Amino acid sequence: MRVLPGNTLLRHLLIAAAGGAALWALTYQLELYRDYQLATAAAYLCATAGLTVLTGLNGQLSLGHGALMAVGAYTVALSQDKWGILSLSLALGVLAALAAGLVIGLAAARLRGPYLAGVTLAVAVAVPAVTTTWSSVFNSDQGLPVALDPPPGTLALEQWQAWLAVGCALGVLVLLANLTRSRFGRDFRAVRDDETAARLAGIDVARTQVLAFVVSAAGAGLGGGLLAVLTQSVSPGAYALSLSLYLLMAVVVGGLGSLAGAVWGALLLVFLPDLTHQLTVGLALSPGAAQRVEGNLPLAVFGLTLVIVMIAAPGGLQGLLRKLVPFRTITPLPKSEERPVSDAQRT
Amino acid sequence: MERWLFLTTDGLSKGAVYAAFALAIVLIWRATRIVNFAQGAMAVAAVYVAYSVTAATGSYWLGFAAAVLSGLVLGAVVERVVMRFVEHAPPLNAVIVALGLVLLVQAVLGSIYGNEYRPVGTPVSRTGLSVGGVSLLSAYDLLVFGAVGLVVAGLALLFTRTPVGLRMRASAFAPEVSRLLGVNVAGMLTLGWALASAVGALAGLLVIPTELGLHPNAMDLVFVSSFTAAVVGGLDSPVGAVVGGLAVGLVLSYVAGYLSADVTPLAALVLLLAVLLVRPGGLFATTATRRV
Amino acid sequence: MSLLRVQGLTAGYGGAPVLSDVDFEVRAGTVLAVLGANGAGKTTLLRSVSGLLKPTAGTVSFDGCDLRGVRVEHLVRRGLAHVPEGRGIVAELTVAENLRLGGLWRADRDAVRADLDEVYGLFPALAARRGHAGHQLSGGERQMLALGRALMARPRLLLVDEPSLGLAPKAVAQVMAILRHLRDTTGLAVLLVEQNVRSALAVADEAVVLALGRIAAAGPAAALRDDTALRHAYLGF
Repeated sequence: MRVLPGNTLLRHLLIAAAGGAALWALTYQLELYRDYQLATAAAYLCATAGLTVLTGLNGQLSLGHGALMAVGAYTVALSQDKWGILSLSLALGVLAALAAGLVIGLAAARLRGPYLAGVTLAVAVAVPAVTTTWSSVFNSDQGLPVALDPPPGTLALEQWQAWLAVGCALGVLVLLANLTRSRFGRDFRAVRDDETAARLAGIDVARTQVLAFVVSAAGAGLGGGLLAVLTQSVSPGAYALSLSLYLLMAVVVGGLGSLAGAVWGALLLVFLPDLTHQLTVGLALSPGAAQRVEGNLPLAVFGLTLVIVMIAAPGGLQGLLRKLVPFRTITPLPKSEERPVSDAQRT
Repeated sequence: MERWLFLTTDGLSKGAVYAAFALAIVLIWRATRIVNFAQGAMAVAAVYVAYSVTAATGSYWLGFAAAVLSGLVLGAVVERVVMRFVEHAPPLNAVIVALGLVLLVQAVLGSIYGNEYRPVGTPVSRTGLSVGGVSLLSAYDLLVFGAVGLVVAGLALLFTRTPVGLRMRASAFAPEVSRLLGVNVAGMLTLGWALASAVGALAGLLVIPTELGLHPNAMDLVFVSSFTAAVVGGLDSPVGAVVGGLAVGLVLSYVAGYLSADVTPLAALVLLLAVLLVRPGGLFATTATRRV
Repeated sequence: MSLLRVQGLTAGYGGAPVLSDVDFEVRAGTVLAVLGANGAGKTTLLRSVSGLLKPTAGTVSFDGCDLRGVRVEHLVRRGLAHVPEGRGIVAELTVAENLRLGGLWRADRDAVRADLDEVYGLFPALAARRGHAGHQLSGGERQMLALGRALMARPRLLLVDEPSLGLAPKAVAQVMAILRHLRDTTGLAVLLVEQNVRSALAVADEAVVLALGRIAAAGPAAALRDDTALRHAYLGF
């Protein structure tokens, strides 16, 4: 493994540059709707990468990341409407999600396990309520359009979107990869593994948790903003509770705590519905049934995957891969036998 | 004043449902230290069973019985097939598995019944009886109070007065010791999940006709409100869950009535946060606060 | 005749075994004391006997019947009661409920009622506090409750884990006296795990000394009491 430089930042930048170049070349080869799918996966990746750092590395479960994506998306829509400068809009989207993440994170730092899950669930469920309560701004269920300038030159819109989203996602990955290898990453894991021990080691537990939440929220905000740019509209229905659950599914299946796992998860989010679509076409159902099944089959597969992976392989895809190809990675969540909670732990 | 009276009775009626649902959450929490986030989805599944049975037979009450029964079965199956494997894992795993179940159950329901709201009938009128020109309790409200009252009293008797109840409590508090005393702890867990799920199904049956109707997501908000209720009551206390349920019902009813029905999810969120941050042990906690 | 026979028992929690190749037997109507320092594997031994911990090798047979494959919750029906370390009472339940729990599996309701009266007779302190929750009891009372609750199952063999732990000398003496009384009057056999060597040897008929998971010595309690070299080496008095 000594072909890559020892400096962490340099190594990550090199990997990202190589990946970016390969994907850039790829966008010329792909059909336009594949470019669009690539862009969507990259947008999800911004969010899943953030979530896997929060849940996998810091042990905080958030069901509110769909809502944080909505914050990013609505901010981009409003900013595009007012100023029309895309880079500014995306930056504002990140900032807005960051601020929302700070608020939730401050509360989250005082909450544990199911309580945190419950609060973030309440956040996710409250998104439509926000858009209807302030409907003059958010336009209730209809949502807002996202105004976009045409892409430069003769570039196809989808290809340009792919460049934009992939570029952003690579940036997020590089930043998070460095963060997790830094002192902050170690603090995240220390707090996850044993709060008391972390506190005794001089780590400010609450501040670490808030930081993890804020970083993670920024990723979700960027992902949401990109998604708004891709779909050119935002509505509460696109950012419902199920989106949060999808994101969670993605990071769990990919392998909690692993950025590579977040990539797997994001790809799965885009291509699994594709697969299930092929499946329903093959099933030869009546039109009505086919429509119902097609809309719900991805959900069912996601749900089932979540249950099975959590029970059978808590390390996720990346965990399985790691068993086959050992290389430097971030420690995943401990398995059950390493962290027993039964009352049977005496000799 | 009239409006206040109406909102109060309406809030208590909703609160009774939240109380039942919160009670189901508390039952499972006490037995396994798991918050069953799938409880809403499981309850909706049972109500769909009621919907089908009622549509086929024309009898509301047959559907009602079928829903409670399928709630029992579903709870037992979920515990045996899925939850058993994460009971000793880190708490995060159980929450994630429950959320996977939410997706799965909702998807299965959506595939069978479609994702549109279906109106659900009630056996008795929901129009309030008029007392001196003020519309007050409806017959349906009385049914809700009666049903929830019976369930609460039944559970209280079961847990405090019967051998099975004693076994269930002992299993929850000290599983290993209970096994040494001959208690089938695994069986008690399954029974606990079955009972909780049946109570959840009943709550779903009662509340869904009073809201938008039957939909795979119909219980999402009810779950949040009831979770809030359970937390208000301290999450560990059945009595707290009932009181918390009524309190949350009232608060949300006043918010909906005096502000806007649209903001009730926000109100539930604020209430939940306020309780967790100010009195993490619940409003009725007498002992030292727990870690939340 | 031997009521409990343990042969070649090896057990642990993954990693190195805590117990290796342990053999002993308990005869009906006798008290066998298992002595040894902290960490010698005494609690592990009891947990392996009652199946809370699955042994990695060896057999445990009770009354001529191999206990492998017998579920923990069925042991008490066969006449084997285990009083776990730390006086495993259910602190949230009342004294009366704890005692009721002990005999809940029995079908002979009248006999259970009679046994309850007997337990209250044996432990008058419990009778006075039957409505109190477990967590309101003193250490000695908790130990008595745990013993009394085990007796509600009418066991033939009682596994008792460190009953003297944290008790005042007077309470220890009381507990030991009750064990002796039960052996003498009802023919109860007791497998008594203890760090308090003097008290244990005072009541035991036979004893084994456990050191680092192996049997270091075994024999009649009186002989162990008199073996100065052994006492110095393993028992510290």
